[in-house]
Amino acid sequence: MSQPFTQRHIGTDADAQSRMLAVLGQDSVESLVNAAVPASIQVEQFRTRGDSTLPPAATEREAIQELRGLADKNTVKRSMIGLGYYDTITPAVIKRNVLENPSWYTAYTPYQPEISQGRLEAIINFQTMVADLTGMATANGSMLDESTAVVEGMLLARRASKSPSNRFIVDADALPQTHALLGNRAHALGIELTVLPLDENTTAEDLGDYFGIFVQYPGASGRVWNPAGVIALAHENKALAIVAADLLALALIVSPGELGADVAVGTSQRFGVPMGFGGPHAGYLAVRKGLERQMPGRLVGVSVDAAGHPAYRLSLQVREQHIRRDKATSNICTAQVLLAVMAGMYAVYHGPDGLKKIAGAVAWHADRLAGYLEDLDIELVHADFFDTLQARVPGRAQAVVDNARDLGVNLWLVDQDTVGVSVDETTTHTDIHRVAQAFGGPESRNFAFVANSNSRLRDDLARTSDYLTHAVFNTHRSETSMMRYLKRLADYDYALDRGMIPLGSCTMKLNAATEMEAVTWPEFGGLHPFAPRADVEGYLELIRQLETWLTDVTGYDTVSLQPNAGSQGELAGLLAIRGFHLANGDVDRTVCLIPSSAHGTNAASAVLAGMRVVVVACDELGNVDLDDLNAKIALHAETLAALMITYPSTHGVYEHEVGTICAAVHAAGGQVYVDGANLNALLGFARFGDFGGDVSHLNLHKTFCIPHGGGGPGVGPVAAKAHLAPFLPGHPLAQDDEHYLLGSTGTETVVHGGGPVSAAPYGSPSILPISWAYVRMMGADGLKQATGAAVLAANYVAKQLSGHYPVLYAGDNGLVAHECILDLRPLTAATGVTVDDVAKRLVDYGFHAPTMSFPVAGTLMVEPTESEDLGEIDRFIEAMIGIKAEADAVAAGTWPADDNPLRNAPHTAQSVIEGEWTHPYDRETAVYPVRTLIRNKYWAPVRRIDNAYGDRNLVCACPPPEAFE
Amino acid sequence: MADKTELQYTAEHEWVLVDGDTATVGITAYAADKLGDVVFVELPEVGSALAAGTVVGEIESTKSVGELFAPIDGTVAEINDAVVDSPELVNSDPLGEGWLIKITFETLPALLSYAEYTAITGE
Repeated sequence: MSQPFTQRHIGTDADAQSRMLAVLGQDSVESLVNAAVPASIQVEQFRTRGDSTLPPAATEREAIQELRGLADKNTVKRSMIGLGYYDTITPAVIKRNVLENPSWYTAYTPYQPEISQGRLEAIINFQTMVADLTGMATANGSMLDESTAVVEGMLLARRASKSPSNRFIVDADALPQTHALLGNRAHALGIELTVLPLDENTTAEDLGDYFGIFVQYPGASGRVWNPAGVIALAHENKALAIVAADLLALALIVSPGELGADVAVGTSQRFGVPMGFGGPHAGYLAVRKGLERQMPGRLVGVSVDAAGHPAYRLSLQVREQHIRRDKATSNICTAQVLLAVMAGMYAVYHGPDGLKKIAGAVAWHADRLAGYLEDLDIELVHADFFDTLQARVPGRAQAVVDNARDLGVNLWLVDQDTVGVSVDETTTHTDIHRVAQAFGGPESRNFAFVANSNSRLRDDLARTSDYLTHAVFNTHRSETSMMRYLKRLADYDYALDRGMIPLGSCTMKLNAATEMEAVTWPEFGGLHPFAPRADVEGYLELIRQLETWLTDVTGYDTVSLQPNAGSQGELAGLLAIRGFHLANGDVDRTVCLIPSSAHGTNAASAVLAGMRVVVVACDELGNVDLDDLNAKIALHAETLAALMITYPSTHGVYEHEVGTICAAVHAAGGQVYVDGANLNALLGFARFGDFGGDVSHLNLHKTFCIPHGGGGPGVGPVAAKAHLAPFLPGHPLAQDDEHYLLGSTGTETVVHGGGPVSAAPYGSPSILPISWAYVRMMGADGLKQATGAAVLAANYVAKQLSGHYPVLYAGDNGLVAHECILDLRPLTAATGVTVDDVAKRLVDYGFHAPTMSFPVAGTLMVEPTESEDLGEIDRFIEAMIGIKAEADAVAAGTWPADDNPLRNAPHTAQSVIEGEWTHPYDRETAVYPVRTLIRNKYWAPVRRIDNAYGDRNLVCACPPPEAFE
Repeated sequence: MADKTELQYTAEHEWVLVDGDTATVGITAYAADKLGDVVFVELPEVGSALAAGTVVGEIESTKSVGELFAPIDGTVAEINDAVVDSPELVNSDPLGEGWLIKITFETLPALLSYAEYTAITGE
């Protein structure tokens, strides 16, 4: 009989919890949470206990067996559908040492650069690879997918273009999902889209006036052409040219940069990342020189540390939405770091020659296939192509596609007369032969030996420029070398496999190994997002179950799993509200009320949903100021679209008046968006839908155990009441656009009829088994126990540290929710010791810092989560008390303000070994402030990093190896 | 470096030094201090027309992105290329070498005196 999974997931056992409760003077976890959560919103007010539709908790073994059953309902055929998704070979050394390695997948976004040098280097490899292949000056650290990257390119063009036009031109030969996404996003912002066929004869008159133009290169039809003329026309019109380019094709054809593009976008999926029924994959965005500071997303740059050594860090962070708020031009936060790391490492492992060979083999197979079809007198739509060809078979297209399916191959039905075929890295001669057979070719063939590789690429577009010349792409050819490189980078970093990451509002809980198991199963990895429905029944069942469970625990009626991040869930939810108002004829309802304490992404998302942000004041406790709310509602009564509110609040407090707040908004005709960022403090005790929410996004990468991946992937489902269901994101290529409506018999369904927010119909399905397994193994009771343990841990930390640091906000009975804010401002005023000093000193003590200066400047927000055991929590408390004593010593004059263990933190091994020790404290104090560190020490590889230097001297590609000597 | 008591000010923490029909504009020491280490300055193009109160540029620090508002209607006569190359001048000498733009104007709106401005900042 195995241990219940809840006891594996929750770090504190009954004995530890009773000791923690004693410190808090509480009888039980249930009584603690009941004392903290207002009675008026508790789930018992709204539904009978035991009414949950979640199945009873499964053991780890049972969950895996059920997942195996679902996987077996999927059918993996050879996918030659193309359209931006290609089969690929994940090098086993990357799969085992990155994708399946908690050192990589449990890390957080590298906001603390001193303890993140490994993945920062991996991301800068990705950036360098993208910049090299696209011929652009600077690439960012990944985008959510190709189609959202195109949208970001359009937004960038609107911001940077000097043209007064409101028109954006879209290549008719763009991917269908990109067309759909552009339409949805442009509509919300009032941008006029014009779809035009573009070619080398396009004239200025054809194009008219516009601020940007989008070109797919090669086209969705496979066509390879030279867009340099169109790009030049755009520049004459003061417009920006955005080119979506296939990275593998760029190994052989002239790059967008060389063609004059301002922005290059695309996906790196085919660089070793499984299709996964649509995701997750790393999209990319790169810009020409001069547009660096206009880029959305995160960007890794090079700076220097306190010892003058080169060190990596996130650059230009102030341009992100959390600071720009409603002035932000993008709401992207989390990206796809884990997948960008994989794609970058694929290039590191293969190098420029290897990539060229892979691309050459793809082009050669496409050429062979074309030859076989020409032998059958089948006309090809385009003469020049890389990997994708379209064949004209009047009236026969469906029959050809059906024949191919019988032979185990999925082709793309373009229309009744045209079939599309895409060749990839995995394609064999047998595959090519089968495809030809589906078109009516011979059943058997004597394969002729072909001495010279060939392609259908134009000579004048052959690439002559170098790429991937940096040493990192030319060193690790042997698996031994690659394995050690990945190990070395992983060792630089602090992830959950080393210790607690108490980041407030980030919920860095356990990502259990059993939850991760199915992610790399081929039945989940090998499916194309537009594969026929019959191939994906297992996935659809898993998706339906997860939708139903998430609906149940949040008190909503329906869920869409499409959004690829919390930010995209916000956008989808706000677009649903917008759609609802428009459908009711309320075209003027565009005002979005947002409390001043909200995360900046809320405001950015509202603006991108075409709304106008009006800020509502908060009181000194961080709660919504009811008087100001009522005044703002009255002022905007006719134009009120929505209120966005986070619950529990961003200050980690269960606001008492949330029911009143929601009712006031509803009374004025507005909708309530409840931001689910802090759901980990509520699950099992209260539900957004019960106390007034109309729509919410959830972060599966927080509350539901999808690992953070070092900054993505994320999944941000949007959950809504039935009246918003018709406006939730749909997708023109979805296998099934009907979704369950809960609260019924289970057979009632609803169509999600809004425009898409992600390239793939179900977002990132290959990581959904993680959240599925979590809910399946916890059951309703386990989820509630987890919430209780999380709230207990936060209150325990708050209590134990309250004698050393003021705890800023508390709700009823002096209790916090699942996180607590430690106010360092009095300490800073008295001693000069800053939030930065404390955060970096925690590294010396073997911890990742808590969240810094959010939601209040000069504070630390601590969220221990339910997964940490009491020993680790006490170790953190010991470290914080030790740091307080060190700060007191600075205040007492024992150490000068500019030379003490806090200001000089973190201490590297080199800094305490090399040269003469001149500091007023000893070396043991520097690196072993507590004795347990002697046997278990995390060594930061660099000292404190100079942020200003890196932002003034922007370098976002791999520095030469000599820089590190 | 200009004498701060003789400059005129806006509520957006900018200073204005008037010389004939030309106004030199920068951000105040108070604003520079609040922004922290300035890392990037984006200024309008020479010759472009400005409308008072509109955003015409950006001042980016390691902590936030501040906006540069045009204090008066006019035309950009000159921009400080030195501050574009070395944004830290905004911190080291906000009222002198850290000036941002020069504007030619026809009429000068009512601006704040040093005393009125310090009443806003409370310093």
